[in-house]
Amino acid sequence: MTSDHISSLRNPSSIKTRFAHRFVLALKKLSMDRASSSVSMADRYKRYRKVRAAAYASMASSVGPKRAWARALLRKIRNRKMGSNLMKRLGSRTGLLKKRTVLKPRNHREMGSEQENSLRELVPGGEGMEFYRLLNETGHYIKCLRAQVKVMKNIIDLYSN
Amino acid sequence: MSGRRSRSRQSGVSRITEDQIADLVAKLQQLIPEIRSRRSDKVSASRVLQETCNYIKNLHKEVDDLSERLSELLESSDGAQADLIRSLLV
Repeated sequence: MTSDHISSLRNPSSIKTRFAHRFVLALKKLSMDRASSSVSMADRYKRYRKVRAAAYASMASSVGPKRAWARALLRKIRNRKMGSNLMKRLGSRTGLLKKRTVLKPRNHREMGSEQENSLRELVPGGEGMEFYRLLNETGHYIKCLRAQVKVMKNIIDLYSN
Repeated sequence: MSGRRSRSRQSGVSRITEDQIADLVAKLQQLIPEIRSRRSDKVSASRVLQETCNYIKNLHKEVDDLSERLSELLESSDGAQADLIRSLLV
């Protein structure tokens, strides 16, 4: 819907606008890749992974370092990217490097209810947080996820007309 | 939900009361379409957390699906779409 697209640009510094801008730039970069029009299953999957990572990374950067979930998300994406680059170069000798284990602070491990623990796994950075902080970060994370979905839908709509 | 009392270990951070936590739980409830405040129903904190998890999982799935569609659209890139992308950046 065009009006949705325009309203997100009316406030130039809104989270949706910043996200849309970053994400579209990332998509443009991806589309200029030589392999972007390949139809092989492996390349398709890789491209899908890159698009998805670009979406989360664009949102997290738009939010900025003040939010713990945004910092944790960017860290995760960058680690994954570095890990995959390293694997490409070292080949099969990276067994030990595949997983990065993070020591969880004792007092936040397994103390809460089942729902609380599930929530910690779903919210980036949730595992090291105090419960109150977790609730706070979750609220913000949800608002941003919703905005992210809306903008992605808008882009698809514009793209396919 | 396990009872949570104030935390006094953090230096420089005021104690968190149960009321403050209940407040945040209520705010979360307002964000979840499934359990947004209905006048008479009282939703337990445990249910709020449960529905929050479900909601986040659904949003993640939506992002997966939308990423896949976008990825397919990138497959067939041509000049018209490059112009479209440029126009979005105005």
